[in-house]
Amino acid sequence: MKVAARLFAAFGRHGLVLVRGVGYFPSVLLRAGGRRDFAAQLYAAGIRTLPVVTVVSLFTGMILALQVGLELQRFSQEEYLGAAVMLTLVRDMAAFSCGLCLAACVGSAIAAEIGTMKVNDEIDALRVMEIPAMRFLAAPRMLALVVMAPLLAFYCCISGTVGGGIVGATQLNVDFGQYMASALSIVKVKDLYVGLAKALVFGLAIGTVSVTEGLDTEFGATGVGKSTQRAVIVSFLAILVTGYMITRMCYS
Amino acid sequence: MSGAAIEFRNVTKRFDGKTVLDSLSFSVAAGEMFAIIGASGTGKSVTLKHIAGLVEPDSGEIAVSGGKVGYLFQSGALLAWKTVRENVALPLEETTSLSGDEIDRRVDAALAAVGLSGAADLYPAEISGGMQKRAGLARSIVREPETILYDEPTSGLDPVTAASINSLIGEIGRSRRVTSVIVTHDLPGAMRLADRIMLLDKGKAVFCGPPGEFAASDLPQVRRFFAVMDGGEA
Repeated sequence: MKVAARLFAAFGRHGLVLVRGVGYFPSVLLRAGGRRDFAAQLYAAGIRTLPVVTVVSLFTGMILALQVGLELQRFSQEEYLGAAVMLTLVRDMAAFSCGLCLAACVGSAIAAEIGTMKVNDEIDALRVMEIPAMRFLAAPRMLALVVMAPLLAFYCCISGTVGGGIVGATQLNVDFGQYMASALSIVKVKDLYVGLAKALVFGLAIGTVSVTEGLDTEFGATGVGKSTQRAVIVSFLAILVTGYMITRMCYS
Repeated sequence: MSGAAIEFRNVTKRFDGKTVLDSLSFSVAAGEMFAIIGASGTGKSVTLKHIAGLVEPDSGEIAVSGGKVGYLFQSGALLAWKTVRENVALPLEETTSLSGDEIDRRVDAALAAVGLSGAADLYPAEISGGMQKRAGLARSIVREPETILYDEPTSGLDPVTAASINSLIGEIGRSRRVTSVIVTHDLPGAMRLADRIMLLDKGKAVFCGPPGEFAASDLPQVRRFFAVMDGGEA
């Protein structure tokens, strides 16, 4: 019963941050200070995570191509390698790998930053100055993740497909041109929309979870560590659960 | 309210079953310098947080008259990624529609008032603890508050810097006619600075009066404070 009550309270806190944060999205774009902070967060969420996202997506595509390609080779169906890799990436894996990278790199940093501010009285200082922390801190970070996650997911599709193509060409004797033709022939616009929508939802979930965990931080440096850890774990769970639910809604 | 800037009536606050403020009542007059002293954990900072509206009492009433409240946090509570100037400008940029020139003018004046004009473009990590407190004070006064709350403004500072912060608090309080509530462990500083001193013990006010009466008081809690200050045992 106690666990259920705590779970319910946690849902409530996250829901409140989600609603308030999204409510301040217009204000982020309308205020000069908000636009400045938003640009800085776009850079942190997008440009600074690009190397990690590139490596992860490249290898995701390579592993996919190797696993699927070896099976296809047994049935002499290598020409479908591009289609298999592309479809998996566009529908699911690009959004997932990008979401997990953002949760680990950006979500953890947001939780640690806001958590440190909380234990250093900086959040209280904002309240005394009548500056809403949700507007000043949460909304620019959440909006940056909402914008960047689909863009990075799209980028993951491209770099993952290229990674798969490299494995196909070097290890499975699949011509790169044939691989790309197969990849582009299978994908429907709906697949792309669903994949990008998933990434957008993941971005919002990571932002909400990280801000909530940061604001809930207590008890000094230990508390900051725990909040950061919780932000990553809960973000991962949110990504897996919402990802499954969206797939279920759109493909069954 | 009886003309007081701040009034507590039977305020009680508990955290995890522990009573931190126990039916606390006191009032602070407008423009008064009011010091709150007491051992650690007696509810001094919690009292300040109640005044600022950061904490709600479990029971009792709190009335704070008039407009804005400034708060100098123990740590300074400056935003690490903004320079001193940006920190001081923050409340004006975020909560007013003042022009950039007017904000610059007010920020320059606030920085000059605390003697930090030369450090305006440095980040909090690049300045000393005393300078961080000065910057926090500049950020408090830039909004032109009617009440400023100080949470241990001299803790962790060397005696010379502590004295300069105390004289700055006195100067700001008197020249701007703001109501000042100072939570401190610095008894000599409080004796020099305050119009009245309140001694908190286990969440209750055991003494509240002018420094002269405080020094002459026979209350055991008061004598213990002086004994410790004189190097004796508590």
